[in-house]
Amino acid sequence: MNKPYIHKITSKTVTMAHGGGGKAMRDLIEDVFVSRFRNPETGDMEDQARLDPGDLIRAGGRLAFTTDGFVVDPLEFPGGDIGKLAVWGTVNDLAVGGAVPKWLSAAFIIEEGMDIEHLRAIAQSMRDAADRAGVAIVTGDTKVVPRGAADKVFITTAGVGVIAPGVELAASKVQPGDVAIVNGFLGHHGATILQARGDMQLESDIISDCAPLNALMQAAMRAAPNLRCARDATRGGLASALNEIAAASNLIIRLDEQALPLKADIRGFCEILGFDPLYLANEGRLVLFVPPSEAEAALGAMRSVPEGVDSVIIGQAHSGKTPRVEMRTTFGGTRIVDMLVGEQLPRIC
Amino acid sequence: MKYLDEFRDPELAGALLDRISRLVTEAGGTREKPLYIMEICGGHTHAIFRYGLDRMVPEGLEFIHGPGCPVCVLPMSRVDDCVDIAEREGVIFCTFGDAMRVPGTRKSLMQARAEGCDIRMVYSPLDALALARRHPDREVVFFGLGFETTMPATAVTLLRAHGEGVRNFTLFCNHVLVPPPIRALLSDPDMRIDGFVGPGHVSMVIGNAPYNFVADVFGKPLVVAGFEPLDLLQAVAMVLQQIVDGRAQIENQYARIVPENGNPAALKAIDTVFEVRASFDWRGLGEIENSGVKIRDAFRDFDAEVRFCVGYALGEASGREPEGCRCGDVIKGQIKPLACPKYGVECRPEHPLGALMVSSEGACAAYFQYGGERPAA
Repeated sequence: MNKPYIHKITSKTVTMAHGGGGKAMRDLIEDVFVSRFRNPETGDMEDQARLDPGDLIRAGGRLAFTTDGFVVDPLEFPGGDIGKLAVWGTVNDLAVGGAVPKWLSAAFIIEEGMDIEHLRAIAQSMRDAADRAGVAIVTGDTKVVPRGAADKVFITTAGVGVIAPGVELAASKVQPGDVAIVNGFLGHHGATILQARGDMQLESDIISDCAPLNALMQAAMRAAPNLRCARDATRGGLASALNEIAAASNLIIRLDEQALPLKADIRGFCEILGFDPLYLANEGRLVLFVPPSEAEAALGAMRSVPEGVDSVIIGQAHSGKTPRVEMRTTFGGTRIVDMLVGEQLPRIC
Repeated sequence: MKYLDEFRDPELAGALLDRISRLVTEAGGTREKPLYIMEICGGHTHAIFRYGLDRMVPEGLEFIHGPGCPVCVLPMSRVDDCVDIAEREGVIFCTFGDAMRVPGTRKSLMQARAEGCDIRMVYSPLDALALARRHPDREVVFFGLGFETTMPATAVTLLRAHGEGVRNFTLFCNHVLVPPPIRALLSDPDMRIDGFVGPGHVSMVIGNAPYNFVADVFGKPLVVAGFEPLDLLQAVAMVLQQIVDGRAQIENQYARIVPENGNPAALKAIDTVFEVRASFDWRGLGEIENSGVKIRDAFRDFDAEVRFCVGYALGEASGREPEGCRCGDVIKGQIKPLACPKYGVECRPEHPLGALMVSSEGACAAYFQYGGERPAA
């Protein structure tokens, strides 16, 4: 493939001119994005990506398609940045449906005045994240809006993946007795972002858990052929993901607080602020349900993948009158774990 | 986790629960005629539900969830005043997070922010003062609320603002006192309370003496308690032991934090800045004499009520409660949340009608969130 000339951008910040459709915009797109996202598979600079559906589709597989917007503040935080979130967030939405993520689009709403070098760093982070997840960013868009109309940069990604024939994960398939597994320690992303905003004036070494979950999901699916369903525990935390599953399956999900993977610094963070770690966001955590006979195999396979070394069983599904999530507390009591209402607000005292 | 797990030890809990069962039987508590222990503080209510203590204690004992959630007892008229101030030109209105959702008659602060008011969530009154220093061209108002626990921090902030001569900082004072509503509840002929679990963090500031009337005048035991589940169970056992012994005393379970005479430095700061109001309006309970504080005249330049001419500066009447809302009866322990016709129907955490559904420390919200008691759909 012959490599076309890539135009360079000369200014240090994004101006409204970079959204005007002329040379300045071409320079921005080529310098910052195309130079990093290019890949031989999908060709160059047409108005759309042209994709080969591949053997799986020809063999009867299906496409999975999803989209997500990313507006995180701050743009960089310990353990990640908006670029990684934008790629892995969409990758994970595909992965938990049992799909193998293949292609992503990325659209950028950029605030006038954004530093170009900063934008390059975000684009590079996205390329690195895409490489780690084994996906390609094949099409995109940029818009520039006046100062104040956006906060530095907002990114929307959409993703297409392929679901192998016969794979049919759904929360409604969870059966009484099925076992719930999470792939690691909870609440790190949410705590990282709250802390990175600097309002709390707390110091800790908490870093975000953001990670691609496609390799982990594929490993779990190979080891547990009857894996019922998986959900990534992002906004609203594990509690919200489990409540969705309880509602869809019409079952009671009973957690064991003792088994929840929580690090001491996250517990401390939550104790001080009156937060519940079950509601803190994660960006590299999922919960999946497997039949009890396949639990050990699933656990072993998950632990063999870097994103799953701390995988543990946290609870089980039971039949019952009212679908809900319950937790046996370390103290010996039982309580309901409800959906989060609105946002989690620190308590006064 | 050190200093936490020790207070959440299930084995110790088992021993305490056995003791509580024996004491309840000895004191004559039965399912039909239970003993009523009121925990005054919202932090205790939250802990009781979070750890499922209400389901662990024997049937002959019931918790009544008292008026100790500062967000919950805030009357609608005061929320309206907040919104009124926040809507003024040039104002930055600073509030603790969980006051954002409290409904006023017109709107909540959350809605006001969405409509364009500059409302900031802060974690300390000092954050609000720092904002005032950074924005000398804006009027920064701190929404001070809470019991004696949060009062010292507000007082110290105001003293600092006064000392520095900050001119664009005011306090909208909604601080209230714990002992007056206890007196009001005990004076209510419909009330039946056999003993109290007293608020630990309030007592850390005011000490134990302000509760003496509970034992001396009303003949009820009160045990000041910490916030871990073992603290609460131990305090309950201590209250029951007093009932069995026929004693009524003020005891301190939380001696690792609460000094007998409180914190003199904190009390001095409070006394310098604040004086007791003749009366303050409590959501669900109405006006209670001497139950709130206001800013002393020496600091009136920092009083948002004076600067923006709202609230008691206007001589306004008590706020209205939403029609059919029975928060007052729940706070008094006369009904359980489920008995309120609005509970779980029109009044839910996502759109609270009554005060007790607003904050996670409110009895109704705690029932809803942790207890799972819902009306049939």
